[in-house]
Amino acid sequence: MQLPAFPAPLARLVTRLPTWPTSWAFAAACNLAAWPTLKDLDWEVVRGRRFRVVVKDMGLGLFFSVTPKGFRAERNGLADVTFTATAQDFARLALRLEDPDTLFFNRRLLIEGDTDLGLMVKNMLDAVELETLTGNMPGPMGQALNRLRRLALAQQPV
Amino acid sequence: MKPLLELICPAGSLPALKAAVDHGADGVYLGLKDNTNARNFSGLNFDARTLAEGIRYAHAKGAKVLMALNTYPQPATLARWHAAVDTAATSGVDAIILADPGLMAYARKTHPNLRLHLSVQGSATSYEAVNFYRERFGIQRAVLPRVLSLAQVENVVQHTDVEIELFGFGGLCVMVEGRCLLSSYACGDSPNTFGACSPGHAVRWEQTPKGMETRLNGVLIDRYADNEKAGYPTLCKGRFEVQGETYYALEEPTSLNSMELLPEMARLGIAAIKIEGRQRSPAYAAQVTKVWRAAIDAVKRSAETFKPNPAWMAELNKVSEGSMHTLGAYYRPWK
Ligand code: SF4
Repeated sequence: MQLPAFPAPLARLVTRLPTWPTSWAFAAACNLAAWPTLKDLDWEVVRGRRFRVVVKDMGLGLFFSVTPKGFRAERNGLADVTFTATAQDFARLALRLEDPDTLFFNRRLLIEGDTDLGLMVKNMLDAVELETLTGNMPGPMGQALNRLRRLALAQQPV
Repeated sequence: MKPLLELICPAGSLPALKAAVDHGADGVYLGLKDNTNARNFSGLNFDARTLAEGIRYAHAKGAKVLMALNTYPQPATLARWHAAVDTAATSGVDAIILADPGLMAYARKTHPNLRLHLSVQGSATSYEAVNFYRERFGIQRAVLPRVLSLAQVENVVQHTDVEIELFGFGGLCVMVEGRCLLSSYACGDSPNTFGACSPGHAVRWEQTPKGMETRLNGVLIDRYADNEKAGYPTLCKGRFEVQGETYYALEEPTSLNSMELLPEMARLGIAAIKIEGRQRSPAYAAQVTKVWRAAIDAVKRSAETFKPNPAWMAELNKVSEGSMHTLGAYYRPWK
């Protein structure tokens, strides 16, 4: 299913936002939604490493690290690894509708910097069971994501 | 009775294993989190807990679990490979997939009831080689390298009792399987020893004004224009300058897709079809397993009328390296 593309006027607005508050909001959202599950992973291996996520159609750059207490927004400095894709593709990856290698072959996902770090995080996240993740989300968020995913799967041609 | 066209799917993680089993795999293959298998990538593969859970899940749904221990032990760390064989035996996997004869001897002696498969990395291309492994180590299945034509496969099948497994789909590797040193040449690590071709620590991608550049330990192996499909960062799939021309000098990024040969494979009595891709995500395991389950079921219903459904092929092309596929060596008139 084509998840809705990011509306252009909204994208223009977001582009004007400075990086720090959006990174902060992103980290806070991740801590709320995903940390209850992700806290069980072995984050020791990425301690002190900095990640940048560039949502290219929104002109948005998120800059953060992962600490034993959760996601933390970073202000400045260089990222160790940068992931670049559109909002739609990031959403499809998060919902496990798309395989990252597939997106890479199709030039829809770019990983720059420390490739091994990028691979490790990708593989760590892949090893998390989606039901556990959505089951641990607060309120109706998890159910809504599961429903969205089922809808998208139902629209696949095969 | 020998099995026919079992569908064997890759599992790099527990969710991928479950996705493959849920979508109809007859068996999954997996590896431990170290260089005892040829997909030794950071964060991938199974530890004691996920292995136990994976085996429980697969067996509860009637699927087999095969463990790949298909690298070549290094003298200083041989104990790690032996321990991995012991882990496989005690955890209750249905078979282990080995390439190294020394390890086969160890498995045979220590765990006589453990079923042994010969890995593609063992590079056995003739029935003499396959039968040798049968006589010496009692292997019960051999995965044939992707360098044989179907006529050559038929010749092997006709002269052995060993079950034959063929690759059906996935990234291609011209490594004269199990003997490629290209990756070592650039970064000192190769599949047989380190357990990965082009390990992540040696790979760098960078978007430059000229295009996206792929480097392996600093060696530029390809540069993609914005509209070009990309392949894995392996030396064999790089574009190189040869006598003033830059092109794919070894092979193009492409995936093997042998689906249209399924009726022929059924006729030959091929025991199992293997899907490549333990390095890939649960989404891939689900997509590819679903399509191949449908195809194998269709062939078993009626091999004569079987035609790959265009929607299946489109789905497979979508997840393919270079977004295209080939029949590889299976279909060629010359030997
Ligand atoms: S360089 Fe290519 S042919 Fe050699 S092992 Fe790597 S993927 Fe296979």
